[in-house]
Amino acid sequence: MPIMLRALWQYRYFVISSIRSEFSSRFARSKLGGLWAVFNPLAQVAIYALILSNILQAKMTGIESAYSFAIYLTAGMLAWNLFSEIVSRCLNVFIANGNLIKKAMFPKIVLPAIAVGTALLDNIMLFFSILVIFALLGHTPTANVIWLPFLILCTIALSVGIGLILGIFNVFVRDIAQVVPIFLQVGFWFTPIVYPLSIIPESYRQYLYFNPMYPLVKGYQDVLVFGVAPVTAHILAVMLVSTCLLLLGFFLFTRANEEMADVL
Amino acid sequence: MTVLSVQAVSKSFRSYHSEWHRFARWFGINTKSAEEHWVLRDISFDIHSGEAIGIVGQNGAGKSTLLKVITGTLQPTQGRVQNNGRVAAILELGMGFNPELTGRQNVYHAAGLMGFSVEQIQRAMPEIENFAEIGNYFDEAVRTYSSGMQMRVAFAVATAYRPEVLIVDEALSVGDAYFQHKSFDRIREFQSQGTTLLIVSHDRSAIQSLCGRAILLENGGVIRDGSPEEVFDFYNALIAERENSDISININEDGRAQTNSGTSEVVVQNAALINDKGETLDCVYVGDQVCVELTVLVKRNVDALVMGYGIRDRLGQVLFGTNTWYTKQVISKPREGSRYKFSIEFPANFGVGSYSIQLALTEGETHVKKNYEWKDNALFFSVINKDKNTFVGLVWNEPTIKIEPLVTTELAPSQEAASE
Repeated sequence: MPIMLRALWQYRYFVISSIRSEFSSRFARSKLGGLWAVFNPLAQVAIYALILSNILQAKMTGIESAYSFAIYLTAGMLAWNLFSEIVSRCLNVFIANGNLIKKAMFPKIVLPAIAVGTALLDNIMLFFSILVIFALLGHTPTANVIWLPFLILCTIALSVGIGLILGIFNVFVRDIAQVVPIFLQVGFWFTPIVYPLSIIPESYRQYLYFNPMYPLVKGYQDVLVFGVAPVTAHILAVMLVSTCLLLLGFFLFTRANEEMADVL
Repeated sequence: MTVLSVQAVSKSFRSYHSEWHRFARWFGINTKSAEEHWVLRDISFDIHSGEAIGIVGQNGAGKSTLLKVITGTLQPTQGRVQNNGRVAAILELGMGFNPELTGRQNVYHAAGLMGFSVEQIQRAMPEIENFAEIGNYFDEAVRTYSSGMQMRVAFAVATAYRPEVLIVDEALSVGDAYFQHKSFDRIREFQSQGTTLLIVSHDRSAIQSLCGRAILLENGGVIRDGSPEEVFDFYNALIAERENSDISININEDGRAQTNSGTSEVVVQNAALINDKGETLDCVYVGDQVCVELTVLVKRNVDALVMGYGIRDRLGQVLFGTNTWYTKQVISKPREGSRYKFSIEFPANFGVGSYSIQLALTEGETHVKKNYEWKDNALFFSVINKDKNTFVGLVWNEPTIKIEPLVTTELAPSQEAASE
């Protein structure tokens, strides 16, 4: 692992320039370019808000705004968007760069690093657009927003852990690439993003803690919507899980490193 | 100094009944792999600084796998590769180029992938831009490039920094003739500065002009390691190898290898280069009429017999060759025990130097289908210029040069002045 981190440091310029290239090539031929990375999740928010706000608006408590549901939805989407982007990018990153892995000598760890960097940059753009929208809706987040970088870090750790493991297995068993989007869909609906926690019957709520994204999404909502600090105990538990997953991911990576080029 | 040492390298690709076996292996559980497919077996060789080595072999012989193992993208299953210094590989030009980005941006990307920092890339950028010679296109999106222009940029980045070992896989035919020369020159320049070259190519002349040594791979093993001429002759014989066919190499008194191959159904009994008086020659004068005389014994009934020959220069390049298939003199159904005498007469219109003659007895147009006997370096002769005007080159092609002074009115006074 220290070798990997050193290689990553040595290739830091390459990672940065690759992220930049990815952005500039996206902007190259479309009028709005990278803005689509922002519009897509926002459009999704708009659709859900339009369809569900009448049903769910009444259930929102703890926030005084006519647009409370839309605001709540947006905060959850910001968290989920980062998670699902990183997982799905890491899932395909080795296969998509198969030819490069076979023919060029470079530390493979830069590939997931580039994927994470690109997803993070998209997400930060999304965050700033959300701040603008919040302002338009008359909602200003409180000082507790300083928790957000910490939450983002946790989300990255969790999603890289999961994404790296799946991405490595996917090189050898390609079915994984087909299955993961389904699980991401299921995960999305099993996390209180579109609906408030209150509509889940009391007796089932405990099961939510098996969903590692739940504390993080809740953290985003606490910070951005309700203006309170996140529940640190829950977040730390997720951090612990993420660290285990990351270690497992890196372990698999060192093991699979040699064989990956053989089967790509 | 040894820059690259390949020590008993073997490579196998493992496949498993189930991928779960592979995953279990990572966790230290010793599962058996279902099948091991060995593509390289026990390959060892050392390469010294400044040496240039060509790697030849048929498709599937393991050339590319070997290069990948040396480059480091594949790990050897057994053995190891030791290198002192930076290894750069041109396995595929323009790999990872993004068509939407400009040439310049792609150079940053490609050089970054090779592990160079921004400052290093910036320092080399003018040189790369100069070498690629694509003008203003350098700042245009690569998708607007012709494939030749893309190759130029790719080659310029790939060779922007002199490596200790340069590995080139079939990438020498880059762009047009002009750029090909330029890229060859760059490779030669690297070589003269001490870079070791490792080239895979089917192009005999490319390897012979760059390399001093060649390695022939067959079925994942090294079967020949020697001078390019000798290795290519052996390779040529190998292509024709069939059942009941064997290859032998004799080393002549002068140290040159003579490769024989074939089924021996028809064999050359005697071959000689003679002059018009019937005297055997090993030295001829430019423009002399000479004759290659050979007697051939048919050892078994065959369908047809074609005799072919080629005259080759010192590097093994064929200057001229033909066979009795092309001259429509095929002997049909020669009987067992019969003998034939072939006399090939031609003027020795060659440049000064030493030449060899290769002979082939086959069934048809080429030796690939059925090869009775193939003899490389069957005869040697040197050419000496006794009474012709001095000339350079491999071919004597006496010209008539006419010179007529042209008198133009404006120039006339000054010419007069000069003559006075």
